[in-house]
Amino acid sequence: MILLETIVEPVAATGMYAHLWLMIAVPALSAAVLLLAGRVSDAWGHLLATAAVIVSFGVALAVFTSMLINDPGVRRVSLPLYTWFSTGEWEFGVGLLVDQLSILFALLITGVGSLIHIYAIGYMAHDARRRRFFAYLNLFIAAMLVLVLADNYLVLFVGWEGVGLASYLLISFWQHKPAAAAAGVKALVMNRVGDLGMLIAIFTMLALFGSSSFAVVNAGVAEAPGFWVTVMGFALLLGACGKSAQVPLQAWLLDAMEGPTPVSALIHAATMVTAGVYLVVRSHAIFELAPIAQTAVVVVGTVTLLAGAWIGCAQDDIKKVLAGSTMSQIGYMMLAAGIGPAGYAFAIFHLLTHGFFKANMFLGAGSLMHGMHEGVDMRRYGALRTAMKVTFWTFAMGYLAIIGFPLFSGYFSKDHIIEAAFEHNLVVGLCALIGAGITAFYMTRLMLMTFFGERRWDEGVHPHESPKVMTIPLIVLAVFSVGAGIVMNNWIQGWLEPALGVHPHELSLVPTPVGLLTMAVVAVGVALSWFVFGRGPIPRVAPATRNPITLAGRNVLFADQANGLLFTGPTVATAHAVDVTDRVGIDGAADGTGRAFGGLSAMVRRVQSGYARSYALMMLFGVLAVGVVLILSQLG
Amino acid sequence: MMNPENYLILAAILFSIGAVGVLVRRNALVAFMCVELMLNATNIVLVAGSHIHGGLDGQVATFFVMVVAAAEVVVGLAIIVSIFKTRRSTSVDDANLLKL
Repeated sequence: MILLETIVEPVAATGMYAHLWLMIAVPALSAAVLLLAGRVSDAWGHLLATAAVIVSFGVALAVFTSMLINDPGVRRVSLPLYTWFSTGEWEFGVGLLVDQLSILFALLITGVGSLIHIYAIGYMAHDARRRRFFAYLNLFIAAMLVLVLADNYLVLFVGWEGVGLASYLLISFWQHKPAAAAAGVKALVMNRVGDLGMLIAIFTMLALFGSSSFAVVNAGVAEAPGFWVTVMGFALLLGACGKSAQVPLQAWLLDAMEGPTPVSALIHAATMVTAGVYLVVRSHAIFELAPIAQTAVVVVGTVTLLAGAWIGCAQDDIKKVLAGSTMSQIGYMMLAAGIGPAGYAFAIFHLLTHGFFKANMFLGAGSLMHGMHEGVDMRRYGALRTAMKVTFWTFAMGYLAIIGFPLFSGYFSKDHIIEAAFEHNLVVGLCALIGAGITAFYMTRLMLMTFFGERRWDEGVHPHESPKVMTIPLIVLAVFSVGAGIVMNNWIQGWLEPALGVHPHELSLVPTPVGLLTMAVVAVGVALSWFVFGRGPIPRVAPATRNPITLAGRNVLFADQANGLLFTGPTVATAHAVDVTDRVGIDGAADGTGRAFGGLSAMVRRVQSGYARSYALMMLFGVLAVGVVLILSQLG
Repeated sequence: MMNPENYLILAAILFSIGAVGVLVRRNALVAFMCVELMLNATNIVLVAGSHIHGGLDGQVATFFVMVVAAAEVVVGLAIIVSIFKTRRSTSVDDANLLKL
């Protein structure tokens, strides 16, 4: 049950904490400089941007260190900055809150962000608009930090929209490609649906508590009417679904792969898409009092983890496989966050390890594309393990981490979630277990198609290893993919305890029965994948199939078609009907009246013959008529 | 004294001749004379009426009609002359420039 009293009150910021705002301000300033200075900064723009993120990382590291040194009682620090605006009785302040939860996020964002900035120096070296790219990346880092460091939902929403904007700008960065431009718009529009949920939640909070600050909401939610708590829970879940590409708002994530690969790694794998998980964990006080909404979170997570894995099995585009896998892994996190106090720490744990190994694999995919002339079709890869050794080995670390190979990072974080899922509900546990098997299946497929087998390269493609500026971040991330799990395994629950109000569970390094079962299922998945893809040659064109499961996977579970049928179609039809009504009905009435008068006038005009005598005749008849009327009226 | 109805009948005949003349004759001058005929028929009615009722109102009105007729002749003849000068015709049917 919720243990609100264990949540310590934030203390005032002193020392290192007073400089917290620098973490956000430096990348924001750098983005502004790069965007405003224009071509002048082309030569050094990428270096400034990278330095800004590294400074940010330094601040995060310093804050983290002082937290580690300090007593646990004073680790939750709030730093009010200024009053944003006040209206009537309400006053909205801008303030930062750093606690055990947000500092982990800040470290992930700035740390992985720094590595990806460094990587992008090499990856985008030949792009004419590299400076602009780095400006957007800095903008993203600043917005994401606002999101995780805000001390109330309204400021969080500013960051939430900021990352949405950065995501839009970066997905459609290669705007000359119609597919990229469309993908950016799609992501933006689908996120608006989620934002609607966020807004409803924030308005409800303001109406109930008169404030949107985490402290006030958490304190007041216990006395709030149950119905409205459930409404807030569902509204927040809708917001989380939009940002984290969870079913039913998942369709934008695969298209988002049109963006440059560092963007996919940073925004659409490691950080932004996990904002939904952060939101649910941060709002745990609300969800614990709204069991229906909490169950909905579990259902959404379970459905998404299976749907993402399904998609991952059938795609041939390496980035889309990874995107499906991202959906699936975030599904695991959502599932853990929905289980309740038993799962929060594991959700965050998996979020961190996933941030490392998925960024690692995305950057690896970028390195592959770099060597393969921007080709992304795995059916044109094959046998790359000798051509690109560093990429292969780092990718292999990520692969072992995601399938949950013992002692790699994913092994710890994912197994905890599966175990917690089994304790929560047998069906959910089984789904999570099957998900782990499918994950092993499609990741092994990816490895076999990319690095093993025979060469299926296109004419004139000569794979080569990427420059050091790209491989060094890969190596660093590979190290984290391997080691992050074992380092944090026994530490993270205790660390997050004050922020989440949950006592740690005992964890044993000796595998539990569920753990052994998971290993067995993963082994089956790997073996099955080798059985299907590892033994024979892989066709260079996807074989035609009538298997509905494969077809659904290749078509992203027909999400676009479903959205088109359910939402786009009716909307377009309504717009069309309005258009027709306007043109035929309203314009018709106005034009018809005019035309009727015109026609009448044309008829009446004939009378004006121009012959004076006919006028005279008419006048005579008129006079006669008047005379007759007068006489008749006299008689009457 | 003659029956006053005879005056009215004469006036009616003159008016009808005038009206038919305006309608059937194309020559502007003839049409003009027909208009004068109708005006004078009206004058006869006014005078006869004045005689019948024993008042002077009708006779006064006659003077007004005569003045208006004189003014009309001045303007009308001027128009006809100027049209004749430009178009070499006094036919009322030829003057149809205002027709659409």
